[in-house]
Amino acid sequence: MNAIAIEIAEKRYRAPAGEAGREIFRGFRLDIGAGEFVALLGESGIGKTTLLNIVAGLDRDYRGTVRFGAAAPRVGYAFQNPRLLPWRTVLQNVALPLPPGAEGQRRARAMLEEVGLGELADAYPERLSLGQQRRVALARAFAIEPDVLLMDEPFVSLDEAGAARLRDLLRRLLAGRPATVLFVTHDRREAVELASRIVVLEGTPVRIVRDLPLALTPAERANAACIDEVRAALGAAAPG
Amino acid sequence: MSTQKRLLLTATSLLALLLLWQIAALWVASRLLPGPSEVFEAMIRATRTGVLPESIAITLARVAASFLIAMALGSAIGIALGRSVALNELVGPWVVVLLNLPALVVIILCYVWFGLTEVAAITAVAINKIPNVAVTMREGAAALSRDLDEMAQVYRLPRLRALCHVTLPQLVPFFAASARSGLALTWKIVLVVELLGRSNGVGFELQTAFQLFDVAGILAYALAFTAVVQVIEIGLLQPWERRANRWRR
Repeated sequence: MNAIAIEIAEKRYRAPAGEAGREIFRGFRLDIGAGEFVALLGESGIGKTTLLNIVAGLDRDYRGTVRFGAAAPRVGYAFQNPRLLPWRTVLQNVALPLPPGAEGQRRARAMLEEVGLGELADAYPERLSLGQQRRVALARAFAIEPDVLLMDEPFVSLDEAGAARLRDLLRRLLAGRPATVLFVTHDRREAVELASRIVVLEGTPVRIVRDLPLALTPAERANAACIDEVRAALGAAAPG
Repeated sequence: MSTQKRLLLTATSLLALLLLWQIAALWVASRLLPGPSEVFEAMIRATRTGVLPESIAITLARVAASFLIAMALGSAIGIALGRSVALNELVGPWVVVLLNLPALVVIILCYVWFGLTEVAAITAVAINKIPNVAVTMREGAAALSRDLDEMAQVYRLPRLRALCHVTLPQLVPFFAASARSGLALTWKIVLVVELLGRSNGVGFELQTAFQLFDVAGILAYALAFTAVVQVIEIGLLQPWERRANRWRR
């Protein structure tokens, strides 16, 4: 049973008047199994974010279908920018997608404790570092107990140590609440460390040039040699 | 500068103005330019008879009614125009026409069409103010963040919840700006409306004083009313704005 079945017959970017629009997807197909962690690798600007937005239902300007395994899947989305409400406290931000009331507050608080920000519950997001804001965004995404989690380079522009801590956190959260993950990145190391399957995208319109299942043990994921091996297996097709 | 020092400076500046006024009054020595003490006496007299507080209360009620109506309708119109390009192209020019229509014309037309009634008075003031609010709110609505909109959509926030937490907070600065300029504009127009077609309120009293060339009375009413409006601005609008902005770094 697929958790997500994506079929995009055609997707164009709207062009300025008089020009032909750029064709991003033509006859594109990607099936994602339940519980898979799919890393989408590819150069910036080829349409990875567009793909996520189509899956999220934000972009409806295309021909094709996106079908989910669950009838009404709960979708969490960690955007490239944290997209927190600056005029609401950290706690209110995490509680935002939850039903109002004491139960939602309790769950949001528990989520914040889990991402290690319990003490900042009453702070406003702009007072937080980027890494902390990203944690809040993760807490918000996990608060709804998502069936599907979409992530658009959620750890970009953090220093390596900070990104590594967030990758650990993500793995921990997913261990507690399994979800089907679609993770956009252009960092191969990140993809190898996290994913159970790596899909490399290329070209215009976008093609899948590699589709590589990964079955690495946690020890292997931490091992630089293993990571290099997978990166070599990905070939010269993808950057990073 | 500390708050205390600033207050002291403001007080000194106002005192200097009083002093200048007093000197000018002594120098001119005419009934047509009374000094501060005479105006103060006129204020006390009108307060004792109860006419001054009553007039101010009546005028304030009219200001409040037309202000609330104008803010509500103007915001709704402005937000709708800011969010829909087509609607803005269709209705935007109307707003510009209304914006440039002299207040006096709107007042006269309202009285001619609806009679010399309370409804006509409040409608006239509200119509004068609505386009200003709409234009300011339109700017705010056009600048709404698409990123946050998408976030609200992905997390399936119900409409009302999205409005309260995502949309309206982004409009607060625009709302505050139009409320502030709105209050100032509204009470000035209310006085004209009262002068032209009501038989009570500060505007009516000013007209009576004008007919008697009672300059002390005119100044007494004007200063008392201005003070009340200042108190509203400092006591109500500013604290609300501070509260709405406390998240800023």
